[in-house]
Amino acid sequence: MKRLRPPRRGIALAAAMLMATTGLAACGGSNSGSGTVHLTWYINPDVGNADASKGGQATLAKECSDASNGKYQIKVQLLPNSASDQRIQLLRRLAGGDKTMDLMSVDPAFVSEFAAAGYFAPVPQNMVATFKQDRVQSSIDASTYDGKLMSVPFWANTQLLWYKKSIAKSAGLDMSKPVTWDQLIKAAQKTKTQIGVQAALYEGYSVWINALVTGAGGKIVDNPNATYENLKMGLNTAAGKDAARIIHEVSSTGVGGPAMGSSTETESLNLFISKKGAFLVNWPYTYGAYTGKDKSDVAATMYPETVAGKASRPPYGGIQLAVGKDSQHSTLAYQAAACITNEKHQAQYMIASGNPASRKAVFSDSTTTFTPPGGKPTTVLQAFPNGIAAKIRESLDAAAARPLTPYWGDISTALQQKFSPPNAVNQNTPSKAQSFILNVLKGKALL
Amino acid sequence: MSTVAETTKGELTADEQAHLSDRAKGERRLGWRLAGPAFIVMLLVTLYPIGYAVYLSLFNYRLTDPAGKKLVWLQNYITALTDSLFWQAFVTTLVIVIVTLIIELVLGMAIAMVMNKVVWPRRTLRTVVLIPYAIVTVVSAFSWKYAAQIDTGFFNHWLHTLTFGGFSESYNWFGGRWSSLTIICLSEIWKTTPFMSLLLLAGLAQVDSAQEEAAKVDGATWWQRLTKVILPNMKAALMVALLFRTLDAVRIYDNPYVMTGGANKTETLSMLVGTETVSRVEIGMGSALAVILFVIVLIIAFIFVKLFKVDLTTSGRS
Repeated sequence: MKRLRPPRRGIALAAAMLMATTGLAACGGSNSGSGTVHLTWYINPDVGNADASKGGQATLAKECSDASNGKYQIKVQLLPNSASDQRIQLLRRLAGGDKTMDLMSVDPAFVSEFAAAGYFAPVPQNMVATFKQDRVQSSIDASTYDGKLMSVPFWANTQLLWYKKSIAKSAGLDMSKPVTWDQLIKAAQKTKTQIGVQAALYEGYSVWINALVTGAGGKIVDNPNATYENLKMGLNTAAGKDAARIIHEVSSTGVGGPAMGSSTETESLNLFISKKGAFLVNWPYTYGAYTGKDKSDVAATMYPETVAGKASRPPYGGIQLAVGKDSQHSTLAYQAAACITNEKHQAQYMIASGNPASRKAVFSDSTTTFTPPGGKPTTVLQAFPNGIAAKIRESLDAAAARPLTPYWGDISTALQQKFSPPNAVNQNTPSKAQSFILNVLKGKALL
Repeated sequence: MSTVAETTKGELTADEQAHLSDRAKGERRLGWRLAGPAFIVMLLVTLYPIGYAVYLSLFNYRLTDPAGKKLVWLQNYITALTDSLFWQAFVTTLVIVIVTLIIELVLGMAIAMVMNKVVWPRRTLRTVVLIPYAIVTVVSAFSWKYAAQIDTGFFNHWLHTLTFGGFSESYNWFGGRWSSLTIICLSEIWKTTPFMSLLLLAGLAQVDSAQEEAAKVDGATWWQRLTKVILPNMKAALMVALLFRTLDAVRIYDNPYVMTGGANKTETLSMLVGTETVSRVEIGMGSALAVILFVIVLIIAFIFVKLFKVDLTTSGRS
């Protein structure tokens, strides 16, 4: 007899589950009509993230909201961790005409790109002087595109050469004078120690390459304001070859550590903290984040020279504040930016987060304090003791920004690809990278 | 069913046939009038984005540089098709498609046959088999990534133990192209085999058990019954399953994106489209690549429908 099969419930179940796995996306809401304007500030992760008790950007948002007497209320939105992901998130929202882009913390590498595309609301003429007041020049440069101030200098970062005094002494290095990369490599070889650098496939590697090229008196991009068709590059030059030589030396001698090709700020800091670590090029947060035993052995000096006798050009980093073109409260947003970047807030933020201010006066401020949760009141000079605060200030004056071109995103990625892995970098790398970058920009090569 | 239809047809007179075809014609016209507007809307909804992508692909156009938009005709296609990066992504995608498809087919068939034979606990079994498929791809990708990583993973520990120390505990699965692809394929297979087996189960259900029994009585071996009776009878379901899974695998994005981010030459075609459009906002090149991917999908669908004679409209019947 023919046996009848029961209905295939499994298939119906499969269909139901298929539908259940389909995700739903939610969109942000709009302002309420209570009279107080709600401003959204897209912040990059820092010491407090969204926690307003830690002294990070969320704290500044809260303090400025309170100080506005009910004019505005700033709500923070946390951006992703990496600079590239932050760029994509901001870019997508800006390109999509998101009206909540009232304030955003932008990496200086992407200010030109966004400004050139017309994504920023113009800085009100009557506030330009306020935003330039007492700022280090490199932070003003990084906020400017095509001769106009396009964003507000917020924090101004720069890399220093961190070293352990004991090892530098035993290697016979005089750290009171400028040192070169070659000297560092020799010192590390002599003392069988290592130098922390950033050479993974990410923006930090471009920062190093740019510092080496500009330190040799060169420029990666000659005419940053040009369109992609007329862009001229200065990588295939003596300066570019100097940079390639140093990367090759650090890698091939082994002083860059075993995982140099995948080393970011965190890995290089860990290398520096370890017993083998002697030298490190990294941002000022290093001092606060140093968890090694003898912190008093750690000191900082100016970024190493690419070419002996030629003053180094330390990397410029930091964050600029910008207002989106579709923000419905751009005037208020700029007022909030002025509050966020006033001298007191800059000092407090520098103490709490370890991210240096763009205002010159902050570096010698001995009165403003910040009290971390459960800690004691600290001043800038206590947070960055032993002359480190003054060194950061000096380094900021000498700092060179990454090329202020709208195409830096592509140039940077292409640069990292052609300079990876570091031990394969040779004297032909700069010319190969240069022609590859130009091809990518003209749409003749994929990236 | 087919026998009933044939007898009715044979009994019709010529007169009745003419009458019916008139009615059929009227019905067809009414059908078009009723479904026509929906059909046109559907065409617009599907064709507009495709047409717009084709249009955009003719430009050198990046979102952040609207002023630099320039008509370059087929330059983007030429660049894409002559670039080694494209072919590298093509090979990566092809490897993933072939490897996962073969393994999923064999494994899916085995599971389907078990599910078909098992009487108790049939429903529970079918639900359990479906679990991997119900998990969101990104979540499953992360689980596999953490399972294979050196610091968080257990793969290396197991392999180390099972090989009595022969397998290094510090083996970096994501350090090379083929080892990364192995993990990517494994997670893909784990995730979509249930889908394959359910589609195959539906096909198995259509195989007439009388034919199978007759073959058994005639002394056919298990293999002969599988290849001569079962598989030919469920060809339609088999082909639909294969077609769906192939198209799905060609578009693979999440797994490699989460696990390697495209490092070590593990970038797939979809990821390449994503990089160009989302991270580089190079809309022109991204569109060109998307169109190329679309054409590849069309070619695959054509091969299945025309060469393997997959009839999507009658997949429910044998």
